[in-house]
Amino acid sequence: MLRAEGISKDWKEFRLREISFEVNEGEHFVILGPSGAGKTVLLEIIAGIIEPDSGRVYLNGWDVTDLPPEKRGLAYVPQNYALFPNMSVYDNIAFGLKVRKVLKAEIERKVREISKVLGIEHLLHRKPKTLSGGEQQRVALARALAVEPPLILLDEPFANLDVQTRSRLIGEMKRWREELGFTALHVTHSFEEAVSLGDRVGVMLDGRLVQVGNVREVFSKPASEEVARFLGFENIIEGVAEGRKLKVNGVEIELPIEARGRVRVGLRPEDIILSPEPVRTSARNEFKAIVEAIEELGPLVRVRLSLGDLSLTAFITRSSMLELGMEKGREIYVSFKASALHVF
Amino acid sequence: MRRDYTLYLFASLGSFLIAYIALPLVIIFAKQLMDWEMLVKTLHDPYVIEALRNSLLTATATALIALLFGVPLGYVLARKEFPGKSLVQALVDVPIVIPHSVVGIMLLVTFSSAILDSYAGIIAAMLFVSAPFTVNAARDGFLAVDEKVEAVARTLGASRLRVFFSVSLPIAFPSVASGVIMTWARAISEVGAILIVAYYPKTAQVLVMEYFNNYGLRASRPISVIMVAISLVIFVLLRWLVGRASKER
Repeated sequence: MLRAEGISKDWKEFRLREISFEVNEGEHFVILGPSGAGKTVLLEIIAGIIEPDSGRVYLNGWDVTDLPPEKRGLAYVPQNYALFPNMSVYDNIAFGLKVRKVLKAEIERKVREISKVLGIEHLLHRKPKTLSGGEQQRVALARALAVEPPLILLDEPFANLDVQTRSRLIGEMKRWREELGFTALHVTHSFEEAVSLGDRVGVMLDGRLVQVGNVREVFSKPASEEVARFLGFENIIEGVAEGRKLKVNGVEIELPIEARGRVRVGLRPEDIILSPEPVRTSARNEFKAIVEAIEELGPLVRVRLSLGDLSLTAFITRSSMLELGMEKGREIYVSFKASALHVF
Repeated sequence: MRRDYTLYLFASLGSFLIAYIALPLVIIFAKQLMDWEMLVKTLHDPYVIEALRNSLLTATATALIALLFGVPLGYVLARKEFPGKSLVQALVDVPIVIPHSVVGIMLLVTFSSAILDSYAGIIAAMLFVSAPFTVNAARDGFLAVDEKVEAVARTLGASRLRVFFSVSLPIAFPSVASGVIMTWARAISEVGAILIVAYYPKTAQVLVMEYFNNYGLRASRPISVIMVAISLVIFVLLRWLVGRASKER
């Protein structure tokens, strides 16, 4: 659907280097990187607002690199939402349709339909400046989706919202995508967004796309030291939840909250406890695992473990490594509290 | 309660200027009211009416021309970096630093008989000295328009021109409008360059001078009063309209 090939650009303090990736039809592709990595520049190159120094952008097989933004038809939602302050919410959402000379009645129908899905019907007559951050975000999304773009470009869509609104809207976003079925390229610095929404994720560091893959794979197998350091060595476990139980390849994990369906949970390596014998406390998830690899990182030691198909990374101190007599291939008991799990 | 003496001091210093501007306005109106007969006579003087009409028409034409050429220039200055931009920028401000009699001489040397003693000449003189207000106000107005807003409008399928008219210009409207009003005000108050380029057709500004030179203060005062009244009313009214329009957003 969208293919970026070897995009490079020097722009202000940003340096993009040879960025290549592909977004598939119907996918939510997340580019994850710290601020200053050049994510916005990349998005604006794809939208056609900035010209790349080199590299090509293909849309459905067509080379669109030399087309202006209005000829590409990709909808863009910038971080500040950039609503048109001189128009009502209705006119904001209708803008792209009016440009396309859609019939008035049809515009009205589309605007109402999309506003209903996004829950902003009651705001249609308002001016953007009177809206809250969460409302503005939804209006910006409605405006972008109204023209049914092949791909929607989201720049940190949740960054300007307070914590509660953010987590509510992230949940909503999943539902909107199911109902409206759009393809999204989403850039963010937030792991939560990447893990909650991303089908696949690309990690961008210092203007390079250093790793692309499905979310679990990227988080559990960082391709390099710098990716691992950036991701904070998070363990991402994916499984099917039923109430407070998460089933992962035959392993049953107790969750801190009720959940249902396919979910991902995160577990920080320092929250994993290793012991030679079972501990037998009630509030704990406890499993038998095999030590796959040991890496010494100064005072800390990183231990890679496998529980059948599931692999986990844990941190222990050097002294506990010696105490445990840790070595490759050894069987060991892994435990962690349910409350240490973060359900995305 | 502690008193803020600094602000009191500043306010009393500042009121000097306010009084200095307000006083002549009040005095000239007051004196003219005591000489009602002369005012009525002046209002029936066809020369005066003709001159006032000329002033208003040429100033309005000047403002419209400044709008047509100044707004696009302001937009380019706000949006584009190009070699020689600072030169262009400086050139826009040049009319403000040149004595207006010199402006008249320059225009006459350049365009000679094409503008001599004609409406075109009056407008040429007015435009030269007043266009910078529109250009600068438009530029500042467009600089305040978020470029992301324009970018989004384009991704939604609108051409640059359409984005300009449906997004950028409406957002920058209050700024552009007050620039055009300033241009109009500066144009109607211009006299130095007009005296040299186009003494005829006679404008009210020139007529004031002529009456003063030929018949003295008493004869020139009523026209001045009428001129001030008309200019102020239009100026205040336009500013109020623009202020109201921009507050509605």
